[in-house]
Amino acid sequence: MVKDKNKIWALTFVITNIILFLIFFMSPALIGIYYSLTDYSGISANFIGLENYIELFQDSSFYGALFRTLVYAGIGVPFTYCVSLAVSLLLTSNQTKGKSFAKIAFFFPWLISPIVAGVIWRWMFGESFGLVNYVIQNLGFEPIPWSSSGVTAFIVLFFATVWIGTAFNMLLFISALVNIPKTFYDAARIDGANSVQKFWHITLPALRPTSFMVILLSVFNLMKELPLIQALTDGGPGSDTTMLVQYIYETGFNKLDIGYASAASMVLFVLLMTFALIQLRYEKRWRV
Amino acid sequence: MFKFSDRVSSTFLTSLMYLMVLIFIFPIVWLLLSSFKPGSELFTYPLKFLPENPTLDNYEYAWTTMNFVRYFINTTIVTVVTTILTILASASCGFALAKYKYKWLSVFFVCILATTMLPTEVIMGPTFTIIQSLGLYDSLTGLIIPSISTATGIFMFRQFFITVPDDLIESARIDGASEGKIFFRLMLPISKPIIVTLAIFSFQWRWNDYIWPLIVISSPEQYTLQIALRNIIAANSINWPLLLSASVISILPMVVLFFIFQKYIMDSQATSGLKS
Repeated sequence: MVKDKNKIWALTFVITNIILFLIFFMSPALIGIYYSLTDYSGISANFIGLENYIELFQDSSFYGALFRTLVYAGIGVPFTYCVSLAVSLLLTSNQTKGKSFAKIAFFFPWLISPIVAGVIWRWMFGESFGLVNYVIQNLGFEPIPWSSSGVTAFIVLFFATVWIGTAFNMLLFISALVNIPKTFYDAARIDGANSVQKFWHITLPALRPTSFMVILLSVFNLMKELPLIQALTDGGPGSDTTMLVQYIYETGFNKLDIGYASAASMVLFVLLMTFALIQLRYEKRWRV
Repeated sequence: MFKFSDRVSSTFLTSLMYLMVLIFIFPIVWLLLSSFKPGSELFTYPLKFLPENPTLDNYEYAWTTMNFVRYFINTTIVTVVTTILTILASASCGFALAKYKYKWLSVFFVCILATTMLPTEVIMGPTFTIIQSLGLYDSLTGLIIPSISTATGIFMFRQFFITVPDDLIESARIDGASEGKIFFRLMLPISKPIIVTLAIFSFQWRWNDYIWPLIVISSPEQYTLQIALRNIIAANSINWPLLLSASVISILPMVVLFFIFQKYIMDSQATSGLKS
């Protein structure tokens, strides 16, 4: 009797989230699979089987977006990881001074939206009006075509990505770093280990679970990044910085080729899931 | 000798740290300084670090030409209402997941974790269909309702309530308290640190959100700040004086909030249970 009453209470506590899960997660996911098998364009949907997928794998603009997404995550994630870790090590080292101010400074970009972050970096790296090119010219060099060349546009994008992504990773790293027992380091010092050895043999192994998390979250964040890129380069020059999410958005909402866009979505979903599953295999602590 | 090398490395590391601080802070300082420069000064070489004739014209311009008050109010409504509802929904859900042992609850928990693998960005088209068929299109309600559920929030509360001893709940039950009363009178008050942490996170997510307004909102009266900013950027030629000042205005509430609740955010323990 009491047990049944508790069951009703338990259901009451979770009902909001169950309904929201069914409406805004389950349904779009199922509709997405269905759309990807149709030629839906906003009006009527005809079932066309795997045609979208076949077309997708022959579409060079899709391949381009897919390739750029992988390059963006492939370079951006290690870059973000290293900067976040370096910053966290400096902020937990007992040899640095003035840490509380520095911590606030590194955390500050977290407050800023990806759109505004894009604006900030676009303003600094403006080709004919930006501060960076002004300084470069004053040093006697040729100005760099930050927004009219794909490679340099990517470089600015990496700066902005690391800048905005460091803060949160930093919080995760710091909370892990302060929890490494001091005795480990004392023992290593007695054994005559230098700083590099201590880092490789104590700090890095102790950070393993956190590192997995930071990498997983960063991969997801970069693979689905849209506002930062839209504000910074708008996918340009041409489509040189157009990633999958922007490709999906433009195909679905501007060209109204929703069926085709949904097929591209499914490819992105499979990519994200594959990556998550690979990580889960290696990271037991995720299992709760 | 040992002392000397200690001091050298301390100086070196501190300088390195502050060099990085400079790199991190400079873009924001440059945005701020530029926003006080009159339009003519923004593009005239040689560029000056400090504004020569500091002015508030850009701010006045942003505040009057754009319907900024409207966007500000819209963003505030969505952020505040969603944050309150998120906390209630996440706390109760996290409590149930931590303290009741039913198989269907464990299954639902796995479902919640799965949502992190399929972000809204990936299924924008179908989500749009749902929003439209529910009559939520182009309304602030349409921004609020889907954002209430968050795996991170549920997870934070679940991890917290697991650490609360069952005896506490048992003795309240023996005293005749209903489960609802136990949750609202006992559990919610002791989870205050989690409430504050999630409130700050939720505030930041919603204030800076771009993807949901992009899907849901179409008419300018419903714009949030991020969508309004995006519209300035998407114009054929960017109105930089307007964009710079509007950007600064949009950041301000987050900055104020940060300095009030700083210790909750920077306290590393609060985020240590955070997983997604």
